[in-house]
Amino acid sequence: MSAGAPAAGVAERLTGFVAALRGHGLRIGTGESVDAARAVRELGLADRELLREGLAATLLHGGTQRAVFDPVFDLFFPRVVGAPEGPAADREDLRDRLAEALAAGDTARLEQLAAEAVDGFGGYGSSPDSDGWSAYQTLDRIRPQTLLARVRAGVRGERGDGDFADRLLDDEIRRRIEMFRRQVGAEARRRVAERRGREEIARRAVAPSADRVDFLYAGRDRLAELRRTVQPLARKLATRLAARRRRAARGSIDLRRTVRGSLSTGGVPMRPVLRRRRPARPELVLLCDVSGSVSGFSDFTMLLVQALHDQFSKVRVFAFVNRIDEVTALLGHGTADPEGLGARIQEEARLTGYHGSSDYGVSLGEFAERYASAVGPRTTVFVLGDARTNYGDPHPAAVREITRRARRTYWLNPEPRAQWGTGDSAAPAYAELVEMHECRNARQLGALVSRLLPV
Amino acid sequence: MFRSVDEVSARLAETGYLASPAVATTVFLADRLGKPLLVEGPAGVGKTELAKAVAEVSGARLVRLQCYEGVDESRALYEWNHAKQLLRISAGRDESWDAARTDIFGEEFLLTRPLLTAIRGDDPKVLLIDETDKADVEMEGLLLEVLSDFQVTVPELGTITATRRPFVVLTSNATRELSEALRRRCLFLHIGFPDEELERRIVRLKVPGLDGTLAASVVRVVGALRAMDLRKVPSVAETIDWARTLLALGATTLDEDVVRDSLGVLLKHQEDLQRAAAKLDLDAV
Repeated sequence: MSAGAPAAGVAERLTGFVAALRGHGLRIGTGESVDAARAVRELGLADRELLREGLAATLLHGGTQRAVFDPVFDLFFPRVVGAPEGPAADREDLRDRLAEALAAGDTARLEQLAAEAVDGFGGYGSSPDSDGWSAYQTLDRIRPQTLLARVRAGVRGERGDGDFADRLLDDEIRRRIEMFRRQVGAEARRRVAERRGREEIARRAVAPSADRVDFLYAGRDRLAELRRTVQPLARKLATRLAARRRRAARGSIDLRRTVRGSLSTGGVPMRPVLRRRRPARPELVLLCDVSGSVSGFSDFTMLLVQALHDQFSKVRVFAFVNRIDEVTALLGHGTADPEGLGARIQEEARLTGYHGSSDYGVSLGEFAERYASAVGPRTTVFVLGDARTNYGDPHPAAVREITRRARRTYWLNPEPRAQWGTGDSAAPAYAELVEMHECRNARQLGALVSRLLPV
Repeated sequence: MFRSVDEVSARLAETGYLASPAVATTVFLADRLGKPLLVEGPAGVGKTELAKAVAEVSGARLVRLQCYEGVDESRALYEWNHAKQLLRISAGRDESWDAARTDIFGEEFLLTRPLLTAIRGDDPKVLLIDETDKADVEMEGLLLEVLSDFQVTVPELGTITATRRPFVVLTSNATRELSEALRRRCLFLHIGFPDEELERRIVRLKVPGLDGTLAASVVRVVGALRAMDLRKVPSVAETIDWARTLLALGATTLDEDVVRDSLGVLLKHQEDLQRAAAKLDLDAV
């Protein structure tokens, strides 16, 4: 297609695509859809990558949305339709060719191999054309990760030894293998979509962007991805806090200085002078449940608060499972190694007594007893945890004591509100004493932090 | 301005700006659809350079508005030259008020600032609004009118509409989330780090004296550093700096000593240096 309005089929495909993106929480208006259609007219449909970039430019508004956009685009505008041509691949032969392509770093060939792999090894079910396609099963049979040594030998043999950058070779190969795994995933999604309709697959099989993933269900790589967003998020929040602080500085009228200033305008007070507030940087105390179930959430929040440390005169962080200990030093700048944080806390702090499951009552009681001096009238306390006490005594008196001493106390709970109070959750009991907020993902956390943090 | 996406890449390359397909496509669309271009991305990937390159390619004048906290209407749009107006009034003492009034609010006393400059006149212009995120929210409201209708209202003169629309580029480092309203009026382009091949070409172009295989090694090491969890990952600007440093040091290949001595060009934090050294198997830095 060269010029003129996009054909009816294209318009339909485009609106379906936009609807699928909206389903993932992207806010796209009609104006953007129209722009996208105009972009299609300008660019034509001949080059798929141009189309991808053109649609991204017109439909997206932020960098993080790209992670959702790309897989959905692959579903709605696939490179090919149906199964790859040629006879079904033999497993060993496929692995040989895969090793070669990985050594060469040839993206196009890897993509083709991904298609063959899914076709040959990803199908399951009984019907002749198979009932579905599984990326997991494909990767389980091909095992690309075991090719590392072969690929390394291949590259070395070809290029010879001695280049300094070759000590990075293993990581580069791992990244290529990771790319192949993603290609297999995309290919499997495409094949399934042909069978079951792309709208449904676009809704279900495309992972949400990192800041919308629930802390409680995020896997390891999702958490790693989240950790990389800590610094940008902290910078954003710091700007927001600074703006709030500026606004808050507008106080009452300073009469003496207003009258003094009015002398230059013949005694008419043209310009009111406001009383300046003494800048008092607030103190922050964090109480974090770091037991297995909620540790992802606590780690993330601790890192975020640490990144914001220059906004406060003092930040103290306490971790607990069923005993409480101060971990501020472990978070200090320079020593912070985000991946190992959880392990280091478990190793170096005394967090458990006789058993390993979390006990809010005992931990908070111990805090009120041992570290009461950490909380004063200028302190804001954040408690992070799901309030699941394993049927222990919630010990509300301790919480009451903490709230009484602190300027403000908030509880951030990573569980959905509907689950508060089910099973061993003492959330309702605590929510009566403390302002409790649901905080399931990084997006909610960012919003809460910018609203609740004292200025 | 352009006929095809390939033409955009080719002509930008002539000015020394190597554009990725994403950049070329978006520039092409911004030109064709007549919409402003919002460019985001980490520092040092060439956001501002892009605007300069587009200006050079199209033979347009570059009008630049540098945003900062507290930039306001009188800095961005226009201002009356009060001092000159006072002089004019005292010069024509026995004039009637009406004559003086119509005169002192004329073109002669108007100080145009970047936004007004960009929409007045018939010559082609590229308007660069740099670091938009540094400006206050009120400033965004002002930009909305200018960017959607390309017109400005000066109460004493009336509404000034652009006879020729400038090519508008807004850049942002995302320190503050720009408002949805502003984003909607723009095409969005995220410039990330270039892929290995493109970055190699950029290094070869900017540092012509550097050996080809050395340039490839440089890019590979930088790529590995970017994959690490660092406080500040090296950007394209740092890659070029490093390549220049290596050239100045007279290095022909990368080896342990050279890397150890020059790593400070790439990484700006002590803890990052330590991590990178551990990763690259260097002795103490």
